[in-house]
Amino acid sequence: MWKILKYSFYDLIRSRWLILYFLFYVGAGFIILYLGSDTSKAIASLLNLSLLITPLIGTLFGVINYYNSREFIELLLAQPIQRKHIFLGNFLGFAISLSLAFVLGLGIPFISYGIFVTGDLWDFISLLTGGILLTFIFSAIAFLIAIYNENRLKGFGIAILFWLFMAFVYDGLLLISLVVFESYPVEKMAIALSVLNPIDLSRILVMLKLDISALMGYTGAVFRNFFGTSTGIIISYFSLILWTLIPATWIIYKANKKDF
Amino acid sequence: MIEIKGLKKKFGRLKVLNGIDLSIKEGLTTAILGPNGSGKTTLIKSILGMVRPSEGVILLNELPVIGTWKYREQIGYLPQIARFPENLSVKELISFVENLRSQSGDYLKLVEMFGLKESLNKKLRFLSGGTRQKVNLLLTFMFNCPLYILDEPTSGLDPVALLNLKDHLAQLKHEGKTILITTHIINIVEEVSDELIFLLEGNIFYKGSYQGLMKGQKEENLEKAIAKILKGNHVENSEI
Repeated sequence: MWKILKYSFYDLIRSRWLILYFLFYVGAGFIILYLGSDTSKAIASLLNLSLLITPLIGTLFGVINYYNSREFIELLLAQPIQRKHIFLGNFLGFAISLSLAFVLGLGIPFISYGIFVTGDLWDFISLLTGGILLTFIFSAIAFLIAIYNENRLKGFGIAILFWLFMAFVYDGLLLISLVVFESYPVEKMAIALSVLNPIDLSRILVMLKLDISALMGYTGAVFRNFFGTSTGIIISYFSLILWTLIPATWIIYKANKKDF
Repeated sequence: MIEIKGLKKKFGRLKVLNGIDLSIKEGLTTAILGPNGSGKTTLIKSILGMVRPSEGVILLNELPVIGTWKYREQIGYLPQIARFPENLSVKELISFVENLRSQSGDYLKLVEMFGLKESLNKKLRFLSGGTRQKVNLLLTFMFNCPLYILDEPTSGLDPVALLNLKDHLAQLKHEGKTILITTHIINIVEEVSDELIFLLEGNIFYKGSYQGLMKGQKEENLEKAIAKILKGNHVENSEI
């Protein structure tokens, strides 16, 4: 698995789109940091940006990457190695290189701004962890969508719809259901619903850390009231890790049964 | 070398292999022919473990292979489509595959044979289709395996490379290697194969020498005999 991970990583870090993705975060980081004057506000703005972009890129590039390596996977499958190592190696190589572009892309502007002396280091680190977890989650789901759909157009379509649903539609539905069930105690339902959306979870995670009530949104506030800040953070981490492990295990399961 | 018993494969409701019984002898070059969709690639992929058969047994040197992976050390496989990680150079790709197999490949002669010397340091995305196919061949033949499985080895090759490929296949046969080829190019079949398997709708229609197939179809030319089968006006039951 490590051999495949290593070469997949080595291939990806030299690809143009990954470099563009890295430069995008470098640019966004510098602009937002130097135009404002407050690091915690910059972290909040970059959070909103990365909550959209990280899942989008993870899903899109994940699907593209799988379809592009489809034929090479056949060559790998004919080698004396186990299937699960091929797929795990490919997935991890992909998710790690994407995460690296994200971390370095934001890391460079923040380090040059002096994040180590501002005292917001831990807030920044939780922004990065949230982004890394989202990258892993959405890449895993993208791989899964691509493995299930040999038809590339269909795979693309499903991937984009999935991202749209998680990034925009879900919040709307959540809001509507809160309004509809207004007269009932909806807190538990709100918690359950936000655990089911990794984007919402990572927003809550970083917002709890930043402690900006105004930006927390309804679910964030419910989380804090219900669990308190530190339990809330632990629960969001735990749920996000589950969100990573379940699709990753599913990839192995599906790949083992599939005909190539 | 390879024993296949009662091999069946269904994709959903589509039956691709309908109970294949087959034995492939060691040291021979066997060509698998058949129209598109006749099950050639599925048969090969079942041997390699890429397709999970619905029923049946596959033995390689008397050991069952389905569900295992170690046996693939003995196989050099040439996939039909030559696509590789785009940002690796040919050299890096070679060491990647060497690394995967924990085996070092003997590729210098092949680099020479296919004129790949100048491409070695180029990234794979800059190579033409034909050159990628040469890289594909190199990756397959650089390991010393008792069995080679080649899926359409001639696609995209220029005449010189094609000639070199045929020479190389003859050389491998001389060394006693077992070779399994699927192809649409009839003259490869005539020149290199000892045995021919003709698949039709997931069944073995014919197994034997190509001369035997011509005789059975009452044609003097292999191409015509095959065309006759494909058009459906063949002479039945020509299996030996």
